[in-house]
Amino acid sequence: MLKGRLGSFIFQLIALALAFGVVSLILISVGASPLDAYKNMFVGSVGSVRKFAEVLVSFVPLLLVTAGLLITFSSGLWNIGVEGQIVLGAISTTWVFRYFIDSTLPPALIISLAILGGMLGGALWASLAGILKTFGGVNEIFGGLGLNFVSTALTIYLIFGPWKRPGVASMSGTVPFPDSFSLPQLPDLRISMWSLGIALLAIVIIYFILQGTYFGLKIKAVGKNFRAAYLLGIPTWQYSLYSFLICGALAGAAGAIQVAAVYHRLIPSISSGYGYLGLMVAMLINYQAIWAVPVALFFAALNIGSIQLPILMKLDSSLSGVLQGTLVLFVLIVEGARQKFMKKA
Amino acid sequence: MTVETILIGLAGVLASAAPIIFAVLGETLSERAGVINLSMNGTILLSAMGGFAVAYNTDNIVLGFLAGMLIGALVALIVAFTSITLKQSQVAVGFVLALTCRDLSYFLGSPYMGVTGPRLHAIQIPILSDIPILGVLFFRQDIITYISFIAIVLTWVWIFRTRPGLILQGIGEKPAAVFIRGSNVNLLRYIYTIIGGALIGLAGPAFSLAIRAGWMGTISGLDGIGWIALSITIFGGWNPARAAFGAYLFALLQWLGLVLQPVFTAVPSQVLQVAPFPLMILTLLLVNIGNAEWVERTLAAMPESTRKLFAKLLRAMRASPPAALGVPFERD
Amino acid sequence: MNVELKDINKHFGKVHANKGINLNIPSGTIQGILGENGAGKSTLMKVLSGFIQADSDSEIILDGKTVTIDSPADAIRFGIGMLHQDPLDFPPMRVLDNFLLGLPGGLFPNRKKIAQDINLLAKEFDFSLDPESYVDSLTVGERQQLEIIRLLWLGARVLILDEPTTGISALQKEKLFATLKKLPEQAMTVIFVSHKLEDVESLCDKVAVLRAGELVGELKPPYNTQKFVEMMFGKMITLGERQPSQTGETILSLDNISLEDARLKIKNVNVEIKAGEVIGLAGMEGSGQGLFMRACSGLMRTVGGRIQLKGQDVTGKHYHAFKKAGVNFLPAARLEEGLIPGLSLTDHFILAEQPKGIFIDRAAGQSLAEDRIKSFNIRGTPLSTVESLSGGNQQRAELALLQSPLSLILLEHPTRGLDIESVIYIWAKLKERCKQGAAIIFISSDLDEVLQYSDRILVFFNGNVSTPIDTHKTSVTELGQLMGGKGWTEKAGKNA
Repeated sequence: MLKGRLGSFIFQLIALALAFGVVSLILISVGASPLDAYKNMFVGSVGSVRKFAEVLVSFVPLLLVTAGLLITFSSGLWNIGVEGQIVLGAISTTWVFRYFIDSTLPPALIISLAILGGMLGGALWASLAGILKTFGGVNEIFGGLGLNFVSTALTIYLIFGPWKRPGVASMSGTVPFPDSFSLPQLPDLRISMWSLGIALLAIVIIYFILQGTYFGLKIKAVGKNFRAAYLLGIPTWQYSLYSFLICGALAGAAGAIQVAAVYHRLIPSISSGYGYLGLMVAMLINYQAIWAVPVALFFAALNIGSIQLPILMKLDSSLSGVLQGTLVLFVLIVEGARQKFMKKA
Repeated sequence: MTVETILIGLAGVLASAAPIIFAVLGETLSERAGVINLSMNGTILLSAMGGFAVAYNTDNIVLGFLAGMLIGALVALIVAFTSITLKQSQVAVGFVLALTCRDLSYFLGSPYMGVTGPRLHAIQIPILSDIPILGVLFFRQDIITYISFIAIVLTWVWIFRTRPGLILQGIGEKPAAVFIRGSNVNLLRYIYTIIGGALIGLAGPAFSLAIRAGWMGTISGLDGIGWIALSITIFGGWNPARAAFGAYLFALLQWLGLVLQPVFTAVPSQVLQVAPFPLMILTLLLVNIGNAEWVERTLAAMPESTRKLFAKLLRAMRASPPAALGVPFERD
Repeated sequence: MNVELKDINKHFGKVHANKGINLNIPSGTIQGILGENGAGKSTLMKVLSGFIQADSDSEIILDGKTVTIDSPADAIRFGIGMLHQDPLDFPPMRVLDNFLLGLPGGLFPNRKKIAQDINLLAKEFDFSLDPESYVDSLTVGERQQLEIIRLLWLGARVLILDEPTTGISALQKEKLFATLKKLPEQAMTVIFVSHKLEDVESLCDKVAVLRAGELVGELKPPYNTQKFVEMMFGKMITLGERQPSQTGETILSLDNISLEDARLKIKNVNVEIKAGEVIGLAGMEGSGQGLFMRACSGLMRTVGGRIQLKGQDVTGKHYHAFKKAGVNFLPAARLEEGLIPGLSLTDHFILAEQPKGIFIDRAAGQSLAEDRIKSFNIRGTPLSTVESLSGGNQQRAELALLQSPLSLILLEHPTRGLDIESVIYIWAKLKERCKQGAAIIFISSDLDEVLQYSDRILVFFNGNVSTPIDTHKTSVTELGQLMGGKGWTEKAGKNA
């Protein structure tokens, strides 16, 4: 029973229960009722169509980033720089919009160019971490982290410098773009079916790349044994770079959608931590593309649901992060315990 | 700017490096034993918040520091248990903890936002503090800065001069060889990870009870320090003295950024603030590039004298990690 | 010290590595433990030295007292010290620190006193060890010497040596044996583990033979080599007569090449290798044969000279360019460098075909895998992951991954750790490739293997390379001396 899918499913449930247990204890320790907190988060995320639409708004970038990270994880890379790649996607998209601000081209074309520009920007930023890794021997974790900080500084510099609002620059970001530059949204809701479609398409493509193509097999070979893959004739450094580029492009798309469909301008924390959250989702689903959609949706719901906490219960909304982190931690611990247990049996 | 203000500024550099020194020394011990504690960024935030909260509630600053160390040790215990006992990826566990502890500090710390609490004050050491130049630099600091000086020396002596330190060097290099020499490798790994974690946990209160007194949540400017400390550990080549040098260099750069801002008005302040990060990438590049294959090939194609010169340069900069870093140890 | 092993059993999962072994070793004996790879020798010794624990009911009796040995620390307390096959020391640290590490005592070790002790012990055995030099600058033989005096200093009364003659020179072997022969005079017991008949015959007072985890018997001098072979393998195994190869066109020509890395320099090597030829590279580990191999495969760039493959200049090109020209390199570390743990045999065969196109043709991959598994006699299914295969089957899988056609195969330790039947099988497959026109260059630390299968031999010593030596004109003795740095004036020729 402990073997196979059912067994691992049971262990995942144990991890889920443990995570909720620990977070409940934390809530009790600050004098809050866990049940009320969970109820508020639940209602706050799926209580109404409008709220669920907000969950989807959060789900789209998370799924895009997760899709990209599945590729870098497959090639054995810890692309922590994904956060900065989202930011550069957003910056590039903003740049394209600003370039065409007075243009008479059809808006659909400009939006498409802007999103492609965002993907390109994310990919180029990712290639920096990739080049540092493949040619400079700099571990992608440290290269990526450094580039993340630089990208944040770049955003703030642009908002307070060259791209500042007429009059006073402020943390609220650049001047909003005209409505024509927005991805079409559902009436009265903030979610755009286009962005949802792009994200779902991305995860499907990534799934097929990893499951059924020579490219995906080579990526996996590079990830599992770099040296042996090279000796087998795979141009390993190229494949490492490809995976950085693909992940960067998808992260860039996430940033582009944040600009084109959510904020309609560049704001200081445009990536909203989706990059790091995507890393958690990828770990939680054990790098299996098939589970990306439900888990990303769950994490997005936690994010949106927790927004209600400060208002209703005077609790900080970072509770969602605590819950997500604890969950991933327990999945790792329970998985480790299962392997140890199975080995002994 | 007078000599006096420069000296006071440099003394400030020594003080503001103190928390990073603790973090870097702790990480060095942990990695020497073969365990990467990637949770550092979250640990520092959580211990800063926890240390401040305990000191505030008990009005006892020592308890605040102890609470920080306890938090660091507990987080390190989780890293040790999942990676040593359960053999899960150290990077994965550490990364998750880095994020979770950060969010937990924001969650639990919200009641303490902006509250004024106890803080350390400078202690002038009699006689020594009157020595010209050195007195201002070294002997008018607060207690935690003095402890940071001592910690550097102690860690260095421990690793390179003592019998247990020799064993620690061996564990990072070849655990099986330490095992046949009669040591319990995994127990020692636990101990060093936890001690290292406690040192990292000292970094938090060293911020929140000394140089950046108080808890300011997301705007306390501590998010990111842990990641920098991790790269300084690499820059330090797992040697406490070189790592401390890296920490001081970083603090100096930050200070220069502040001081030079009025001088270079054309350079936006945001650029100067992030200057340490590209520099960090650059130093990592210099430290690591000698290991890259294309460098080796390019060198081979050069005439002999040039080749020798470059090879020497690269070797001088290179830092190799402990060979068994991140590798679990099993008896059979 | 008297050592008595009673009914030693050890299971690793389903594998029964030691099956009820009983052995009595009186004090002052040099006991040989003979058996081929995988016979259970190392397991037995690891049990005795506390590295692993035997199953319960197994009994170890020292000087008449039953003892429980839970760890190497226990073993050394009882006076048992073991010299492991791969030296378990710390290369980046000094000799003195290596010696000190793990010695009991106060917080600050007395370095001066220990350095004196090292010098004293070294003198007693006529070793030359400088306490201040770094271990990575020592030869394998010197590292063994360091380990021996360390164990003696710790008070070892039983000294176990696991395959100590692999990778050391003839000269060092002589010295090692001389040292070991002195020990019984001091009532010490020596346990010498080897798969080399010649070594146990010349050293041991008695020899126990292990086969497939069982003790098949003990022999005393005068030894009968034929009898040993029968006991080791359970039947007569002949490697067959060495067969000279038919040589053809020139495959690889090295024109005055020079190589260097941080430690070693090789200057001005000239060799031509012809189709069908097998070239063995002999030398102590780290003498330059590794560099030479990497240069011949394009994994490393030469600092001077020209490399030609079938007349085509490939100097300075990468491994993949060499590979296109028909060069394949098989590394020694199978799971670390040769195969990809986590991928199946099918995945490997698909990747090795350098597939074009986008979507994986699963059916073709499956039939390709079935085909190769059959023709290379691999015990596994197309879906088996490589790490689930045994060492011998992993090596067969690597051979099955070689491309066709092929002009040059480079192998590092192609049969290390394999049982004799796998060795014979693998060489038969390799010789087949030679008949089809490929040349082979291989590294082996087993001189018998080098002599058995090579047509010509290159000996390496400290970065010096000999001129190619015809196998039928040389002997183990001569090669051993060259590896140890003796007799180079006449053999070195223009390559020195």
